[in-house]
Amino acid sequence: MENIIETWDITKKYDDFTAVDSVNLQVPRNSVYGVLGPNGAGKTTLISMLCTILHPSSGKAQVNGYDVVKNPTEVRKSIGIVFQSRALDDILTGREHLEMHAALYGVPKELRNQRIDDILELIALGKKADEYVKTYSGGMKRRLEIGRGLIHYPKVLFLDEPTLGLDPQTRESIWNYIENLNKNEDITVLMTTHYMEEADKLCDEVAIINSGQIITSDSPRNLKRKLKADTITLTVDDPEKFVENAKNLDFIKDIFVVDSEIKLMVEMGENLVTEVVEFASKIGVQIQSVELEHPNLEDVFIKYTGSRIQGEK
Amino acid sequence: MSEWEGIFTIWLRETKRYIRYRSRIVTSVVTPLLWLIIFGTGLGAAVRFGGMAGGYQQFIFPGIVGQTILFTSVFSGVSVIIDRQYGFLKEILVAPISRPSIVIGKALGISTASLIQGVILLLLSFIVGIQMTLICFVVSTILIVMISMGLAGLGLLIASFTDSMEGFNLILSFIVLPMFLLSGALFPITGLPSWLQFAVYLNPLTYGVDALRFTILGTSTLPLYLNIIVIFGFALLMIFVSAFVFSKKEQSLM
Repeated sequence: MENIIETWDITKKYDDFTAVDSVNLQVPRNSVYGVLGPNGAGKTTLISMLCTILHPSSGKAQVNGYDVVKNPTEVRKSIGIVFQSRALDDILTGREHLEMHAALYGVPKELRNQRIDDILELIALGKKADEYVKTYSGGMKRRLEIGRGLIHYPKVLFLDEPTLGLDPQTRESIWNYIENLNKNEDITVLMTTHYMEEADKLCDEVAIINSGQIITSDSPRNLKRKLKADTITLTVDDPEKFVENAKNLDFIKDIFVVDSEIKLMVEMGENLVTEVVEFASKIGVQIQSVELEHPNLEDVFIKYTGSRIQGEK
Repeated sequence: MSEWEGIFTIWLRETKRYIRYRSRIVTSVVTPLLWLIIFGTGLGAAVRFGGMAGGYQQFIFPGIVGQTILFTSVFSGVSVIIDRQYGFLKEILVAPISRPSIVIGKALGISTASLIQGVILLLLSFIVGIQMTLICFVVSTILIVMISMGLAGLGLLIASFTDSMEGFNLILSFIVLPMFLLSGALFPITGLPSWLQFAVYLNPLTYGVDALRFTILGTSTLPLYLNIIVIFGFALLMIFVSAFVFSKKEQSLM
């Protein structure tokens, strides 16, 4: 089984509104897979169906080889979930949350304490582990939820907007944490996000979803490459001379000068940098710096949907 | 996984919550004492009732125990709505554990809370001059747990049909207060107008209060076995129905 999650035309309709529309998703085992889209695109609905929280209106889905409608208990045993909204009890401690979860997911008693200690170390709660959750910071709560989702060694970890509403520093640490997790454990991570950088940094593969439909899916690198819109930024000793001559080069689609920097719009920029350098020396212009920029996922999203993904809610 | 462990886990969380909110324990003991001492003394002094050996205060004592169980059980059951709003119910419902186990674990946790309050009240029964014996104490606690299981099931059932705590006042006005007033907690249930009599006998709490009154004061309107059958049947029915509804409605509860 190569894909640990697979859906066939999975659809969720509410009266006359279709939240998820015939989605076919293939998530390779041990990957970090991102579902990227604006708020209201259907990300949470999609993930809820995969977690057995919602029944699909039509179509089917398998997680870890089990059908989400016919075999929900087996699916639940295979997955860990971190919901978008907090799901913690203020008046329990971090350790108690882990104990409770381990018991509900049938972690054998003799393994429980060891696992809880391991997870606590992983999520670095320190002494706070034995204090009530109401005293935790936003980042600690999130780490606790992720740790809780891991305690029964799930095959798939679902993260619904894992860093929503966190400060940049905490976000960074959650990212590192997810990266290490995927590297060191036999686990597939399916996450939804509307942060472009997050998808770009973490995900091996990304599906872009808008209005309930998957528009395109590929690795972030390929998605950006397909746009064919790299930027080579140069600073040279004689910008006017360079621009005058470079106008005739056919691989340059467009050329701007912004604050004494020259920006060349090209395709497949990594193959062209040397050519640009050689060209400059041929016409006798000295290059002081060269920089190659690929488009970001935001550009990809704009290209496919014709609109910008919204920032913070 | 063993369902027993699931039930135990849910019970443990419920009980920890109860014990940690100390203010809840304090109010749940102070309120019945206000009823006993102020209402009981006041009305007992103003009106002479026939056939009450120990006076009005003693007469309402089992009723006030019943009232405490009623409020605690129904409102704790309904508090599932808060769990739902905080997303914690989702965390429990996606776990690989059966829905009936969740309901039973909750109901046991709630009846533990009722039991703690009931025991405190039973220990304070000397205030109104009741001689508590060991056997009377033990039988009372068993009754309290049984009554509470049924009412907790009722609360859970209401919660599964309610989206937000805005319905709280409706539940208070249309379910909890009528159940309290119609239970015979505050007045004898014999010699009432027939419409009232009918409503009183329809109320499951009536049988609970009557059974407690027999156990604590030795007087009752209905035979003890009948009371116990009704209490037990009500508990089974409510647990069964709410487990059924939780299984059926699980999608809309998450």
